[in-house]
Amino acid sequence: MNRAESVQTIPVLEVENLSISYETRKGDVEAVRHVSFEVKEGETVGLVGESGCGKSTIAFGIVNFLGPNGKIVDGSVRFQGNELVGRSEEELKKLRGDRIAMVFQDPMQALNPSVRLGEQLAEVLTCHRHISKDEAWERSIEMLKRVNMPDPENVMIRYTHQISGGQQQRVVIAMAMLNNPSLLIMDEPTTALDVTVEAAVLDLIEELKKEFQAANIFITHNLGVVARVSDQLCVMYAGQLVEKGPVREVFRNPRHPYTMGLLACVPRLGESKSESLLHPIRGRVPPPAERPRDECIFAPRCEYSTDTCRERCPGLTEISEYHLARCIYAREIEHRPRTRRRRPVDKEAMGTAEAAEEPLLRFDELKVYYTQESNTVASLLGLGDKKFVRAVDDVSVRMAKGRTLGIVGESGCGKSTLVKGIIGLEPITDGQLQFLGLDIKEPVSARDGKLIQEMQMVFQNPDSTLNPSYTVGKQIARPIKRFKTVPKNQIKNEVLRLLDAVRLAPIYYDRLPRQLSGGEKQRIGIARALASRPDLIICDEPVSALDVSVQAAVINLLLEIQQVFGSSMIFIAHDLSVVRFFSDDIAVMYLGQIVEIGPAEAIYSPPYHPYTEALLAAVPIPDPDAEQKEIRLVGNVPSALSPPSGCRFHTRCPRRHEMLPDGGKICERDLPPWRQSKDHQILCHIPLEDLEKVDPVVHEEIA
Amino acid sequence: MAVGKETTDIAGVERKTSPFNRMWEGMSIVFASKTATIGLIIVLFWLFVAVFAPFLTPYTPLEQDWKAPNQGPSSAHILGTDELGRDLWSRLIYGARLVLVVLPLSEGFWLPGGTALWGVLVGLLVGTTLGLISGYYGGWIDEIVMRLLDSMMAIPVILLYLLIMAALGASALNVVIAITIVGTPGIARLVRSLTLDIRTREYIRAAETRGESPWYIMFVEILPNARGPIIVDSMLRVGYAIFAMGTLGFLGLGLPPPSPDWGSMVAKGREFILAGSPWAALWPSIAIASLVVGLNLLADGLREESLRYQ
Repeated sequence: MNRAESVQTIPVLEVENLSISYETRKGDVEAVRHVSFEVKEGETVGLVGESGCGKSTIAFGIVNFLGPNGKIVDGSVRFQGNELVGRSEEELKKLRGDRIAMVFQDPMQALNPSVRLGEQLAEVLTCHRHISKDEAWERSIEMLKRVNMPDPENVMIRYTHQISGGQQQRVVIAMAMLNNPSLLIMDEPTTALDVTVEAAVLDLIEELKKEFQAANIFITHNLGVVARVSDQLCVMYAGQLVEKGPVREVFRNPRHPYTMGLLACVPRLGESKSESLLHPIRGRVPPPAERPRDECIFAPRCEYSTDTCRERCPGLTEISEYHLARCIYAREIEHRPRTRRRRPVDKEAMGTAEAAEEPLLRFDELKVYYTQESNTVASLLGLGDKKFVRAVDDVSVRMAKGRTLGIVGESGCGKSTLVKGIIGLEPITDGQLQFLGLDIKEPVSARDGKLIQEMQMVFQNPDSTLNPSYTVGKQIARPIKRFKTVPKNQIKNEVLRLLDAVRLAPIYYDRLPRQLSGGEKQRIGIARALASRPDLIICDEPVSALDVSVQAAVINLLLEIQQVFGSSMIFIAHDLSVVRFFSDDIAVMYLGQIVEIGPAEAIYSPPYHPYTEALLAAVPIPDPDAEQKEIRLVGNVPSALSPPSGCRFHTRCPRRHEMLPDGGKICERDLPPWRQSKDHQILCHIPLEDLEKVDPVVHEEIA
Repeated sequence: MAVGKETTDIAGVERKTSPFNRMWEGMSIVFASKTATIGLIIVLFWLFVAVFAPFLTPYTPLEQDWKAPNQGPSSAHILGTDELGRDLWSRLIYGARLVLVVLPLSEGFWLPGGTALWGVLVGLLVGTTLGLISGYYGGWIDEIVMRLLDSMMAIPVILLYLLIMAALGASALNVVIAITIVGTPGIARLVRSLTLDIRTREYIRAAETRGESPWYIMFVEILPNARGPIIVDSMLRVGYAIFAMGTLGFLGLGLPPPSPDWGSMVAKGREFILAGSPWAALWPSIAIASLVVGLNLLADGLREESLRYQ
């Protein structure tokens, strides 16, 4: 290896004019069109864009992993100066996993569940390096230590399912780094992880980049993540590279309307609906077969487009030496008038509703437990001890009419179980639950029709929220018929009115779900929930499965609906920026309990619960200049089968050792008290005065 | 609010969804697969001759010609005659009628639909209901229903047929009952596994939060989404049912003579194969084989094509 000499002159990877097509039944479709970029040693290039933009196809194209129906039709890929396009499968096989390594989104699929992790790691070395098994084993342990894996010797003899998701991704990264690759391609490596775990993995990636000086390609749809790890940024749209440049410059001074749109449609951490708005990009990414060749692909969605845009496909315009944008107006776009106006916004109406006297929904000491069946003979006979998964344990909330309650927390914290308990899909073990002043402890099947009507739900997954067998019109009409909200002859009109409320044309009435995009399906889901005219709408991660530009439109729609219909909402999401933006009040949940609750603005500024503080510190912010405290939680979320004694958060709390006498022994022993700050409540042993002294998590430069 | 109305040019190509178009879409799946097309042609041939049997032959299936027993194909009898001089072509297509078009319940009273089809249809009704209940409710109900069906599946199929027919006696209605009983456990298992998957979808949650009754959820929300695999499976099952009818007829437990039952035709004709007239046994054998193969091809092609379609 004479890398030291060669890299000074040649980039590790040069992609030039790359075009990739897939064969389909309708003929060849071009998924990637004339893409060029290069990656230097020790540099991370971020590829961002919505789904269907060709990001992953590029990654697979580099190592020619395109499957039987994909092929590179044009261009070249040079790795350390050597051409890869047209190489035989044998030669590429030697490169893959050795000089070029890949990390994918789902570690569960990257690791073999039936082989011990150690054997999988060692195999990478014995296969490519031809060294002895013992040596490979030693080096694997060494590498696990380098990726900050606790107890690496033990992890080596475990199986995939025995370690947590974050640890699995560490193993995959360790596996990729074992052969000290020159190029590391990461395809959404943190998308499947919780925000606190994601932050730790991103730190690791940053650390490894400095240590190994590998060239990295980082593919993601998340602008916050890309801002944190990349040096160079390539923005992809519909198979084309639309903007490329150093990450700071692109974020500070975006020159392509698509990049500008992407940045304007995600809420910044700390922004709320009362002070700012999200600006979604209209429409959606066109499918590969419908992309025009001789005009700007983005023109139909662009706010600045003119007739000139449709005359030819724009080339990359140079803005500075390294900053390029594929727009004919790239140099002057800031000063150009918008050719398509956004609808005027009534900012007055966006204010938060006043709290009413009587709470709409209140629950006290609510508990939802699952019984865990163990597999012993004794328990089969009904003799063994019954174990309980304490999914929701002692949760009390009062929710006023017309307000939005956001619930945040990592996966497994019980937020979904809590709303299932409220809506009656999950039996409540103990506690009080009142809605509109009525006791509603019984499951939904035993509830009164009137009560059911007042509480509806919007679901997470757009692909399964609608029944594929029925048309949109029928699905929206069903709750109308069931609750008889309008007379029979008015039903069709009511459905059309609801379609209009979710900004869909009447033509959608006869469509089937498979003819709709994700965002459209989600809108129908919202219309269906609205159909019974409920007082309370529960939104379980309604936007997390959507692309960012669509996400903004759906959030705006929900806000608008709240204005028009005056409904109260419970909003669950794992994205803290979105929850902050959307909610009036926020409850932070950890391991089945609420640890902090209060008005949104109070939660996002000190005093913090140590867990809230860690969550906020982990949120990826789409601004490379934002300064954020570095607090990382260690360890995993403990099992809800046997939650830790005392304060449930004590096993991972980063604050108790420094802020409490005696290293925070009290946290392990006693249940923490509720600390009443002037506007919100915190469940913690640390006195309020000390919590108030903590600095805010985010310092953002306000330009 | 900056929410634009989604217009059709961005949302994609406009498609109409009238029942006719949906049917055409279904047919285009069949024609996309060569296997399914061949299967469909064979099945359609038998359906055609069964429906129009009275117009396709000058003889009735029971008309005996004493002067011409055990003859080969000729211009008078295109497929020949059997040992009683009955026209084999007539018996063959009237046999197809029994399988696919009419269900004779008693003298002069019959239901449209064919013995094999009725057997599968009733099995489908019972099996689907049991499968939906098992899969949707789960728990104890599922345990009880499935263990009962398992115990039925533990008995070899042919033995079960013989037991039922011996107990009930030979008649078309009893053949339907036998086919139903034997087919139900398999259908129930299939529907249960489909239900287990579909009931986890969020639209089922949505129906539950609407307070829909379990029956509405099972038959209106779940069942239509399980129809694809059920249709393919029932085509295979019609094939099995025809096979079963043939077997029962051959063993003398099927439709009572002198009905032109394919199985009993083979059984009678078998005695004369070595005597130099194999025709009476050959034609019904070919009929059973081709119809079963045709249904299998159709089902296989449809399954493959619908998998690719997703």
